[in-house]
Amino acid sequence: MSRTDAQVRAEDVARAAYGKLIAMLASRTGDIIAAEDALADAFVAALKTWPERGIPDKPEAWLLTVAKNRRIDQARKDARLVITDEANDMADATAIEPEEAQLDDRLKLLFVCAHPALDEGIRTPLMLQTVLGLEAEQIAKAFLIKPTTMAQRLVRAKKKIKSAGIPFVVPESEAYPERMSAVLEAVYGAYAVDWLDGDGDLSHEAFFLSNILAELAPENPETLGLTALIGFIEARRDARLEGGVLVPVPEQDVDLWDSQLIERSVSILTQAALKRAPKTIPGRFQLEAAIQSVHAARSVTGKTDWRALSQLYQGLMHAYPSIGGAVSRAAVVAEDAGPAEGLKMLEVIDFDGLDTYQPYHAVRAHCLAELGRTAEAAEAYAMAISLCTDRPSKLWLERKIAGLREKMS
Amino acid sequence: MRYTFLLYSDPAMAAGMTEEDWAESKKVFGEYIGALQEAGVFIDTDWLHPAETATTITLAGGEKRVQDGPFAETKETLGGFFAIEVENLDQALAWAEKCPAVHYGKVEIRSSAMGSV
Repeated sequence: MSRTDAQVRAEDVARAAYGKLIAMLASRTGDIIAAEDALADAFVAALKTWPERGIPDKPEAWLLTVAKNRRIDQARKDARLVITDEANDMADATAIEPEEAQLDDRLKLLFVCAHPALDEGIRTPLMLQTVLGLEAEQIAKAFLIKPTTMAQRLVRAKKKIKSAGIPFVVPESEAYPERMSAVLEAVYGAYAVDWLDGDGDLSHEAFFLSNILAELAPENPETLGLTALIGFIEARRDARLEGGVLVPVPEQDVDLWDSQLIERSVSILTQAALKRAPKTIPGRFQLEAAIQSVHAARSVTGKTDWRALSQLYQGLMHAYPSIGGAVSRAAVVAEDAGPAEGLKMLEVIDFDGLDTYQPYHAVRAHCLAELGRTAEAAEAYAMAISLCTDRPSKLWLERKIAGLREKMS
Repeated sequence: MRYTFLLYSDPAMAAGMTEEDWAESKKVFGEYIGALQEAGVFIDTDWLHPAETATTITLAGGEKRVQDGPFAETKETLGGFFAIEVENLDQALAWAEKCPAVHYGKVEIRSSAMGSV
């Protein structure tokens, strides 16, 4: 086998198993940094050994065994990394724990990353790095933060976990309401990272985790809400792009939607409503899932119920105001009551950072174009393009602007 | 009469310390503790992980708020302390939540750094 084959395979295993292996290594000691160091050494060893001896039958188990040995070495203050045939033999025998124990370790790590004693802003990045194996640089890009700053914050959080003694446990179910919301935020954040512009590994993993959480806490309506929300979006995976260009939800081909997943999400959302205390406002994820369920209904009714969407966004903005919700609401109002109303809605939005918020300019451009204010619309689209960070949306915006220019000439 | 000494220092100083510096520091503190013990006045001491690893909890205002980091200096000042021995931060937080002071002030939780160097 060539060096490159082994390298590619090691990288594949690294990506797929990173979070699992970190969770197993760190959950015993509470030391994520030491676990990362040990695993990094194991990857180096794999790149050295695999091209010569071939890839082991269970590469994950091999890596885990070498990493564990490395950590023991470290503990003994012995810097040498000894690779013997023993690693291969041990790996095949006992190193990998049963699926259930692995999953349990991952849940523990998830709850650690979302611990209330950690700064809110670092929880999703920390989860992306430790549970899902993203590089600090990729995370920094997704959060629009300087890579060095992001790396420092991540290290600080990991140091705190160890020295403050944050326990690696899945909390008692009484603590779910308090702890779960941070976990759900982090999972949703992870889902969004590579949804449009990536290989989908992360969003698949986040979808998987949301389902596990729903099994873990079936009485928590927001957990069900998130699982339904991600399910609705996931069901549209094959329809979201056409030749690498974004296709907006109302224009997607419903035949490409996963109808089974939609049905399942509807049923999960219904369960969430049943678990909710009477006369209480649904949580944010349940409301957002309800919005997606209206979009999903087009596959049956053949049209989008803009009035229902408008009402749901009104509810969402009332209970959980956000810049994203405000702009989406204006977009929906523009469809329901006309572009002039949509534009009015945009004008009264009062959030910091609106000027540099790409969707704001895109929705504004759409309203202006509908009103025949073509030159202004083209200007707004150009602004949106300059702020756009993902390729599919950028291509879509460029197509829009090209259409307008054609009209103008 | 019982007195509590509160030790303040600039954490930037610790960042530049070598292994020899730490050994020296341990020695002088050891000697100081020895002197207190010999005089029969020693009760207890601890050395804490840096303030940035602190967790602060309050129930003031009726809602529980847990915050990453030390309590931000406002008009509240240090008024007392408790030292407890538990397994992890969750257990420490649970006890802090029962501390009467949490209803009108803030309780900052710091873990012991004893034995970490």
